[in-house]
Amino acid sequence: MAALEGRLQAGENVVATLEVDLDAQGRFARGLIALTNSRLLACEPAGGAWTEFPLAPGQSLRLSDHGGLAFMELHDARQRLARWRFTLASNPAAVRLADAFGREQLRLAGQAPREADDAEDAAFDFGEASKPPSTWVLLRLWRFARPYQGQLLLGFALMLGSIGATLVAPYLTMPLMDKVLIPFQNGQAIDTGLVTLLLGGLLGAALFSWLLGWAKTYLLALVSERIAADLRTATFEHLLGLSLEYFGNKRTGDLMARIGSETDRISVFLSLHALDFITDVLMLLMISTILFNVHPGLALATLVPLPFIAWMIHLVRDRLRTGFEKIDRVWGEVTNILADTIPGIRVVKAFAQERREAQRFREANAKNLEVNDRLNKTWSLFTPTVALLTEMGLLVVWGVGIWLIAHQSITVGTLTAFLAYIGRFYGRLDSMSRIVSVTQKAAAGAKRIFDILDHVSNVPDPVNPQPFENVTGAISMQGLNFRYGSRSVVRNLSLDIRPGEMVGLVGHSGSGKSTLVNLICRFYDVTEGSIKVDGVDLRRIRVSDYRRHIGLVLQEPFLFFGTIAENIAYGKPDATRDEIVSAARAAHAHEFILRLPHGYDSLVGERGQGLSGGERQRISIARALLIDPAILILDEATSAVDTETEKEIQRALDNLVKGRTTIAIAHRLSTLRKADRLVVMDRGEIVELGPHDELIAKQGHYWRLWEAQARRVDAEADEDGGLLVVAPNPNAHTVNA
Amino acid sequence: MSTSLLPFRDLQLDAHGRLVLTDLNGVLHAGVTPVRAHPISAPDEGVSLVGADGHELAWIARLSGLPDGPRRLLEGELGGREFHPVLQRLISVNTFATPSTWRIATDRGEVDFVLKSEEDIRRLEEGRLLITSSHGVQLQVPDRWALDKHSRRLLERFL
Repeated sequence: MAALEGRLQAGENVVATLEVDLDAQGRFARGLIALTNSRLLACEPAGGAWTEFPLAPGQSLRLSDHGGLAFMELHDARQRLARWRFTLASNPAAVRLADAFGREQLRLAGQAPREADDAEDAAFDFGEASKPPSTWVLLRLWRFARPYQGQLLLGFALMLGSIGATLVAPYLTMPLMDKVLIPFQNGQAIDTGLVTLLLGGLLGAALFSWLLGWAKTYLLALVSERIAADLRTATFEHLLGLSLEYFGNKRTGDLMARIGSETDRISVFLSLHALDFITDVLMLLMISTILFNVHPGLALATLVPLPFIAWMIHLVRDRLRTGFEKIDRVWGEVTNILADTIPGIRVVKAFAQERREAQRFREANAKNLEVNDRLNKTWSLFTPTVALLTEMGLLVVWGVGIWLIAHQSITVGTLTAFLAYIGRFYGRLDSMSRIVSVTQKAAAGAKRIFDILDHVSNVPDPVNPQPFENVTGAISMQGLNFRYGSRSVVRNLSLDIRPGEMVGLVGHSGSGKSTLVNLICRFYDVTEGSIKVDGVDLRRIRVSDYRRHIGLVLQEPFLFFGTIAENIAYGKPDATRDEIVSAARAAHAHEFILRLPHGYDSLVGERGQGLSGGERQRISIARALLIDPAILILDEATSAVDTETEKEIQRALDNLVKGRTTIAIAHRLSTLRKADRLVVMDRGEIVELGPHDELIAKQGHYWRLWEAQARRVDAEADEDGGLLVVAPNPNAHTVNA
Repeated sequence: MSTSLLPFRDLQLDAHGRLVLTDLNGVLHAGVTPVRAHPISAPDEGVSLVGADGHELAWIARLSGLPDGPRRLLEGELGGREFHPVLQRLISVNTFATPSTWRIATDRGEVDFVLKSEEDIRRLEEGRLLITSSHGVQLQVPDRWALDKHSRRLLERFL
């Protein structure tokens, strides 16, 4: 930047800059391109040499990208002057630079350039949330535990009490041994009163610990189940709020596993393993305190094996954790095959590929086995080693204890008590070592859940949403660009739609029609540019407020499991029966619904089995009618049905379209005959715009599409005489149609 | 037409750096783009020459079967448009949860690379991986078993 300032001449201002990150050989390197009001300056990434291009009329700056690599080329009327490359990370800056270049060119040509209106857009931050989630992922569950603080605290107190009570028993064995049994062996009579007292104490402690233990376990299990339920709900709710892009990238089986089994695993972990672990730690602390109070020397000997075990646990931890993560992923693959195959079973059977799917499943399963086997090698070694160390520890205590007794340092009772404590002590260590694996499993599960929870929706709700009511449905799109992954799907598109206007989107598949509709519905957010409805940027309105005003009729209508009435009222659950019936009537669905055995109460399945495509479509039209939207979107609403059914649907649609801003996509151009204007798209750009007759007269893209279809209809000897058939014209461009 | 002939009459580069194709009928098409049909599984087989309007103008069954002149021209053009840095070393990662930022060494130099999610790692046959960054850069790993131990261990956590 400093070098750039030094190169500027008097009166020269930098208008825009672009940092390029690749050199001409495609190596990563930093370079800078700066546009001033008189020159284009470039610091080449390789070597840092500066080149300059004085601005002149007739120059153009072209941007293109392919497979993650973007180019910017400077041309004049005769030739290419320069070419730069960069990754898409720099693309927004490149687009700004190209825009600025266009304005400078206009200025050079003596025209007043349109001023850049970046000011408003600058308020939005569309940057990716790049803050990595913490590794202490389980601690993040605290967010879900906080509402149950009180119960948790009570449970903790109960836990302390019950552990304390269990530790009374070994303590009482000391007087039992030293004051009752050993004196008896030495010829003294048994003190019945003392024995009663001690045994009573043992019984009392046992009962007390039983009661507290029960209360604690019950309470904490209750809480952990609630935490897991909250987690599950929160995850699902968050998932529903994510943009379609997220669902496009994830597989159903994987998401189902995350919400279902992972939350359950966390619940079991919290209520069982974590609880046990905390109990164990507390018990260890208490036992250590007691032991050190009774005899510090022997206590020290008892605790010697502890660091070894801790070290071993630490050693195995890493290996197990990665292993468990891998098992999870492999497991996800197994369920993914199920989720792929079962819905597609008709295709599998039709192409007789059962064996191949079985093979695929077997392979995934074999991989699952292999990963498990590898992990089990480590894991199986772990538990016996802990048991061995426990035995060693006991040996040490016996040895030191006998030595101390021989030196009159402790009594037999003390050693007995120590051994009793130590039994519990090491017994717990053994089970504590299991915590490693369950914690890792739960952490892996929690990580996968927080992966969902941390995923920020690509269509975030604004912080201060604007109210959005009394919508007229005026849509204004300015300079839209949309990129899917590295593919540019919509480029530099601008379009204004008046309230109540019907606009038809026409173009080959892949020309960006559906994407444009998805952008208008705000299923995705534009990469650059803005969409305004009634003058308000979509990103300033709460998503749910906005979608309430949108009616969507898709090519493949989706019916949820439930009655027909429920399906019609999906967008407005509090609709009255009269409203539902009149919506169905307007959608020409009323009569066929009445023919069903249970009328409006008939059940329809997951994909609306039992209803024909046209019937399902009319139900979805009734669904859209019922919410009375200001903006209506028809995405190939009639292309999945035959011509006869199409006419019925068309009549239903005509009712729906009245008085609403309508955007319709159709392959069959004849269905768009009512459209006020047609938008012809090709590779993400609008190539033609205007009413049908005008476009036909123009003999351009639309005319070619129309003619190709008309000829096809003609060739099929369609009886539909109302269709306009243009005489075939031998033209090089349509020969291949 | 016989198959031994070129699927086009001539191919040149103009002053704007665009490919200009003369098709078999002698019609000139400027701004032709070569596109590989199987960029991963068989880069040499099946290269389509697509016109500015997105329609295929010519189909080349095998790039290596072309005469030297047009083949060099096409290879140059493809080479300029293709950007698949090869991962040589994974230096560090900031987190094992996605999105994760990796510091990597590639044959095109060192760079920071953001992996958006584990699904962006595509497994190909025999340990080959294709990793897509959050900005759409395609990172190649020719053989993940051939990487050094440190890189392998880091990569392992995402597989």
